[in-house]
Amino acid sequence: MPRIYRAVGCVLLLAAAVACDGPDNTPKAPAPAPDAKKVDAGTAATLRGKVVLEGTPPANAVLKMASDPACSAAHTGDVLAETFVVNNGALQNVFVYIRDGLGNKHLYDAATEIVKLDQKGCRYTPHVVGLRVAQPLEVSNSDSTLHNVHALPDTNREFNTAQPIQGFKNTVTFTAPEVMIPFKCDVHNWMSAYVGVLDHPYFAVTGGGGTFELRTIPPGTYTIEAWHEKLGRQEQSVTLGEKDSKDITFTFKVQ
Amino acid sequence: VTWLHRYAKFVVACTVLLITAGGMVTSTDSGLSVPDWPTTYGWNMFTFPFSKWVGGIRYEHSHRLIASAVGFLTIVLAIWTWRVEPRRWVRRLGFLALGAVIVQGILGGITVLLLLPPAVSIGHAGLAQLFFCLTVTIAAVTAPGWRYAVHPVEDATLRKVAVVTTALIYTQILIGATMRHNDAGLAIPDFPLAFGHVIPPAWNAKVAIHFAHRVGALVVTVLILATAGHVFYHHRRRQELTRPAFFLVMLLSMQVTLGAFVVWSTMDPVINTAHVVNGALVLGTSLLLTLRSFRSGFERLVQPIHQFTASPDRQIPRGVRT
Repeated sequence: MPRIYRAVGCVLLLAAAVACDGPDNTPKAPAPAPDAKKVDAGTAATLRGKVVLEGTPPANAVLKMASDPACSAAHTGDVLAETFVVNNGALQNVFVYIRDGLGNKHLYDAATEIVKLDQKGCRYTPHVVGLRVAQPLEVSNSDSTLHNVHALPDTNREFNTAQPIQGFKNTVTFTAPEVMIPFKCDVHNWMSAYVGVLDHPYFAVTGGGGTFELRTIPPGTYTIEAWHEKLGRQEQSVTLGEKDSKDITFTFKVQ
Repeated sequence: VTWLHRYAKFVVACTVLLITAGGMVTSTDSGLSVPDWPTTYGWNMFTFPFSKWVGGIRYEHSHRLIASAVGFLTIVLAIWTWRVEPRRWVRRLGFLALGAVIVQGILGGITVLLLLPPAVSIGHAGLAQLFFCLTVTIAAVTAPGWRYAVHPVEDATLRKVAVVTTALIYTQILIGATMRHNDAGLAIPDFPLAFGHVIPPAWNAKVAIHFAHRVGALVVTVLILATAGHVFYHHRRRQELTRPAFFLVMLLSMQVTLGAFVVWSTMDPVINTAHVVNGALVLGTSLLLTLRSFRSGFERLVQPIHQFTASPDRQIPRGVRT
């Protein structure tokens, strides 16, 4: 057999080997300890708070949707990115969660409620969302154009799914905690969303008032983190006693 | 052979167009805008409605269609060469090019299905240049000027410097592809300095790749100037050498300028792609010069053309360049 055929054959075999899926080695969430117990609602604490922005936020970029008539037709006037959504200093779209302190001594009810992430007007809605490990995330396409749902995790498995027609839905789950997983659409490069995945229920995304609330937290000392897509991360240590109710404030600053 | 040569040049031009389309895919970050392969959002690639060529799909899908066209053209080239070309090694080159374009298509599909792993994407970029080199070679050796050469150049120094230059240009392109597919194009955000210094004061993998590409550019510049200088000094009457040498210097200056503007424009997709395509042209031109410097070595492989051997002054048919 001529050498060239052998070389081409080797390349094709190698390509086939690479293309085949290997064993599932995606990371898993840590298992609870054998003596882990459900959180006692009678002694649990509540943590409320607000995220504020000091300074004048940078102007949000105007999204250029001209490359797809279906996208530009869905809007009248300029469409702005959702990077800095600020209302009287209150910062929206901040993911707040307990980062450390829970350990593996608590059991939580399985999260079966479907979390929804829609593509509407060629934007992901909501822009920031949180869910639990193994909780279903339904990503849908409400637009009369095609999208691809491309998740870019570091520890979970990356995926890129086609949604060619309006009404198309895909349900995905994540196997390991990860804050945050960026989502994009490669067809429309302005589309972005961020998904926070945790192995416990203590997380929230700030709304229009910049506020958040974490309920039914077992007493203890925790590190609370606030994440923003451009302003980065901040953390605070909080000690919660039985039936405590505390308020904290995260302050991000811009020049 | 003349028509085969013209056709081979057409394939070279189409390959440049294909490299342009591929460059735009990476420059606009559209590599995954069509998540499936070989289908396009479930459609047969050739029936995907034009109305759906929106956003990044325009770049990725047109790249796939142009690639299919070049694949078809290469099949024709291989068969045509096989049927009319008397030199066995040239016939084999045709099928080597066909094998390369098939593997290239599969690599392109695999890199999409595996979500653009840098190693596969860099392999795709590197093989693209090798395929381009094959088409340039076929076009060069089917040229009448190649076949009917009277006194081919005999210059061992030129051969050495031309081979080293071509090899280093290809290496430089591979470093550039590594930089592109690892998002290191702006790892050093200023030019000509690096973070305000000659040598970057802080290092990581991306800075190292980016800086290697800049150092590579310097080395390639010196080698191209050395090659061209040698040609103009020793072979100034040999048009088949001075022409590619001249174009090589022109393309080099354009390439360095484009490289600077890639950084200054913060990776404008059009400038970025122009840099990629011009890099391929630098490689192709250097390869042409190298092949011509080796032409005498192929003489014994050329079939005798009886009607042109009657007298030395009638060896070259009218209108044929050497």
